[in-house]
Amino acid sequence: MSNDNNEVLVDVQGVDRVFRRGSEEIHVLQKLDLQVRRGEFLALMGPSGSGKSTLLNLIGGLDRPSSGTVAIGGERIDGLNDRQLAAWRARHVGLVFQFYNLLPVLNAQRNVELPLLLTSLSAAQRRDHAVAALEIVGLKDRNSSFPTQLSGGEQQRVGIARAIVTDPTILLCDEPTGDLDQKSGDEILSLLQALNREQGKTIIMVTHDPHASARASRTVYLNKGRLLAEKPE
Amino acid sequence: MKFAGLVWSNLKRRKLRTALTVLSVLVAFLLFGFLGAIKQALVGGVEMADATRLIVRHRVSIVQLLPVAYEARITRIPGVVSISPQTWFNGIYQDPKNFFASMPVAPASFFDMYPELALPAAQMQAWQATRTGAVVGRALSDRFGWKIGDRVPLVSPIWPKAGASETWDFEVVGIFDATKKGFDTSAFYFRQDYFDEARQNGKGTIGWYTVRIDNPANSAAVAKAINLEFENSPAETKAESEGAFAQGFVQQFGDIAVIVTAILAAVFFTILLVAGNTMAQSVRERTSELGVLKAIGFSNEHVLSIVIAESLLIAALGGVLGLGFALLIVAAAAPALATYLPGFFLPAKNLVAGAGLIVVLGLVAGILPALTAMRLRIAEALRRSA
Repeated sequence: MSNDNNEVLVDVQGVDRVFRRGSEEIHVLQKLDLQVRRGEFLALMGPSGSGKSTLLNLIGGLDRPSSGTVAIGGERIDGLNDRQLAAWRARHVGLVFQFYNLLPVLNAQRNVELPLLLTSLSAAQRRDHAVAALEIVGLKDRNSSFPTQLSGGEQQRVGIARAIVTDPTILLCDEPTGDLDQKSGDEILSLLQALNREQGKTIIMVTHDPHASARASRTVYLNKGRLLAEKPE
Repeated sequence: MKFAGLVWSNLKRRKLRTALTVLSVLVAFLLFGFLGAIKQALVGGVEMADATRLIVRHRVSIVQLLPVAYEARITRIPGVVSISPQTWFNGIYQDPKNFFASMPVAPASFFDMYPELALPAAQMQAWQATRTGAVVGRALSDRFGWKIGDRVPLVSPIWPKAGASETWDFEVVGIFDATKKGFDTSAFYFRQDYFDEARQNGKGTIGWYTVRIDNPANSAAVAKAINLEFENSPAETKAESEGAFAQGFVQQFGDIAVIVTAILAAVFFTILLVAGNTMAQSVRERTSELGVLKAIGFSNEHVLSIVIAESLLIAALGGVLGLGFALLIVAAAAPALATYLPGFFLPAKNLVAGAGLIVVLGLVAGILPALTAMRLRIAEALRRSA
């Protein structure tokens, strides 16, 4: 993957995603096109059930479209099998979840090390990388704390450290401030903004919060599985 | 190995549940080891049997006696190398509860016949020089604290002694050991010539012959020839391999192997359900965590392996501890049981089978939960955390 900043990194073309519930077909995404350039910080907004998280899952290789194509950095991922997709995610995607999704049995450092278990790094190298990632998110001194010993904001920082520790191509955030108070939410948004501006990370963030979307460099809106041309009233 | 820390951390998530599951596996393997040692003690004679030895007894039953004259006739049969007589004496020492096997034998031919038993040469000489001399096994001498020179009076309900006294007085002139682990050293042997001379009745008869043959492959043919030799005589014989004789003896208690296997099968089936339930609960409880692992790049095979590894680790912890405790308990109890259950020990083959069982238990208990974890759809698993 090249690092040209005008390059289209995420290219979603004519994507449909249909779920079946008994005999009923639910079209969550319909003929959706979306391009995201490398280095963009894109906010994806829309009401509940509009298909934001489904779109994020398709871009992150967590799900496959019913039809249409998804290419990341020029590589089609919609046709990869489960094993290929898992390996692709490990190399290219960092995920940040609304509820942090840290493993409660592991301390902060070992949570951050998790994606590195899939690399050929030695234990010492994994530790060094995890400490560096925790330093970036301002939690170097909390590396031995377990999730239950951390505040929500701190847990989300660990979640972000885990997402960036492999230096992924793209960072996908699903409501990263949705479970935080405003102050902690602001800190997380500042951190994401810094990762975008200072390290050139391409970020796609699903959010309901206009305050959060204001931090992004571009916002797109979804409704009933379609992208809207402009912000709805 | 990279995932070992993750596997271990997952087991520590619910320490009490993991400990109880490990404990139940431990008890199952303790039972496996203990019952294995009991089975070994009961059927060990079959395994210890020498393929070049035949037992020749009366065709009707071992209680019926054979003439001593058969010895010379059997010796002449082609394939027979040597022969040694024995008779069940049923000696009682002080109290009927002090049971042990006691038999008159011919000293030289007996120890030649059983190289699994070792008697020092000086003690053999002393025995041959002492008509009332007896040699006792190490386990028996330990049980009663007998030492060389001790006098041991026995009474036999089968063989009353000629004369005024009912008591057979013996002098301990030797203590023999086993040269092969598990071989019985709980018996009491005394001289056939003294026995024949001093008994009130049955003179000129013995209980059975042990016969050494030249080639195990000829076992059936030699046995047949021996039986033919005495066909239509007042004391027809039944000659069979030592293994078959021991098997027949053990089967008086029932089919020990089947009983032990049935008990263990029931125990392990229960433990399989316990361990399987633990793993299933464990996977259910962390559906979202497994979803996260898959989301960040762990493949289906990684997730499958992690859950299987957890199951194997539980089985290994419980199994190794259980077998270890069984080894310790059996080793500690063996001396006290030596005269009741000679050959009571945990054979190496049982430990190997136990190791195999640990792997099977771990795999079978873990496979369904592991498949469930492997098949989790990421988006669905992550939704459950919301």
